[in-house]
Amino acid sequence: MAAPNNRRPGYSRRAQYGNFFGYILAVAGLAVGVILLVVSTGKSGTFSGLRMAATDSAAPAAKAAAGARTGSQSTWQIVTGYFTSGVHVARLEREVAEARVKLAEQAALAEENARLKAMLALAQGDQRPVVVTRMIGSTSSSTRRFATIGAGTSQGVRVGMAVRSPLGLIGRVVETGSTSARLLLVTDTESSVPVRRASDGLQGYANGLGDGTVQIRLSTTAINPLKRGDAIVTSGSGGIYRPGEAIAVVTSLTPDGAIARPLSDPGQTEFVAVESVLEEIPEIAPAPAPKPGRKR
Amino acid sequence: MPPPLPSALRQFGKPRINRAASPVLALATPWLLVMLGSLSPSWPVIASAPVLPPFGFLLLVGWQQLRPSLFPVWAGFPLGLFDDLFSGQPLGSAVVLWSAAMIALDFIDHRFPWRGFALNWLVASAFITAYLLFALQIANLDGGNTSPLVLLPQLAVAVLAYPVAARLVALADRFRLVPIRKV
Repeated sequence: MAAPNNRRPGYSRRAQYGNFFGYILAVAGLAVGVILLVVSTGKSGTFSGLRMAATDSAAPAAKAAAGARTGSQSTWQIVTGYFTSGVHVARLEREVAEARVKLAEQAALAEENARLKAMLALAQGDQRPVVVTRMIGSTSSSTRRFATIGAGTSQGVRVGMAVRSPLGLIGRVVETGSTSARLLLVTDTESSVPVRRASDGLQGYANGLGDGTVQIRLSTTAINPLKRGDAIVTSGSGGIYRPGEAIAVVTSLTPDGAIARPLSDPGQTEFVAVESVLEEIPEIAPAPAPKPGRKR
Repeated sequence: MPPPLPSALRQFGKPRINRAASPVLALATPWLLVMLGSLSPSWPVIASAPVLPPFGFLLLVGWQQLRPSLFPVWAGFPLGLFDDLFSGQPLGSAVVLWSAAMIALDFIDHRFPWRGFALNWLVASAFITAYLLFALQIANLDGGNTSPLVLLPQLAVAVLAYPVAARLVALADRFRLVPIRKV
């Protein structure tokens, strides 16, 4: 039924005032929202405690759902498998044959590597992850790309730790709760990862584009030596990400770099490893205040 | 033909004489449904691009169009705050946009009292488009730098998902008024 054209609810004063104050409250809510927005965009991370408490409380249900996610995916794969199995088998056989050759080469390389490292007396750093956990959700309708994992400060996760899947880098921790943590994915537009080309060490940055791809920007821009299919790995400069972790493959070229697709699609990833911080970033000490009375 | 419901469900709300709708159910269902939509970032979908429609907002618009003035005009504030805790947007984004949407929907409801579903869908599409664009601008204020073109697939999905959300709202509306309380 349509509401009457007149907004006056009747002769009752109480109802009239209720209606009036409803509108006052609505506008007040809008104003409070603007204030919240100014505070939260002015200094990001202001409300992270509130947000992570909420995520923590929703985490148990999300963890249960994450189990179902991989289940439903395999159902879909079973259905599609009936239609694509022949092509699949042929491709896999070819890949296995290629992989056997590569494996032999890798074994030789590993041996050589160990020998060279022994020569340099390099200590092997502790490469074990802090914790291995599930991805339990992502901001699927916002343009910001955050994901949630099912481990927090109680499992040793700290802000700044890099998170990777078996296929490569996924992102880094930006907010922690006690049993869950929020990641900034490498595809977010705020994320910028120092990278190099795997084959020759060409330096650059991988900036997220927000649509599931990253933009590779090179440090040298005179000519664009990138080609489609180039593998991009982290360079380790800056100290947040370990050097040599796979991140993306170039899919198309732009005048000053390339568009690359991340290797580890967060949607296909069930378990991720949180890695310890490679190098503590020192707090930048405030510059000492100039002493008064010494003006010239 | 739809499959028959289990017998326990068929008997739900069956003795109708001497029964009335439970006020708790009737009042709580709309709020809970919208909050459930806001929880979509905890759903088992992990996306590397924004692809899912903003379910909380779709359901809010759906309720407001099916049952005008079921939600108070100020409902955008608490529901938006809840949405902000999970959506990944800067806190306050949904508070502002949902509050503004509630006020504007209330105005439209009084300006056009007789509407068909086509007009509702058109209005909802305009609201969804404006909501996504403003949300993008707000996210970009907070350090993002996303191009509006990224929104196009999500916009198409959201506009097409609106009728589904409206059906869901209608289903929940039937559920909330099932007479289960003895008088």
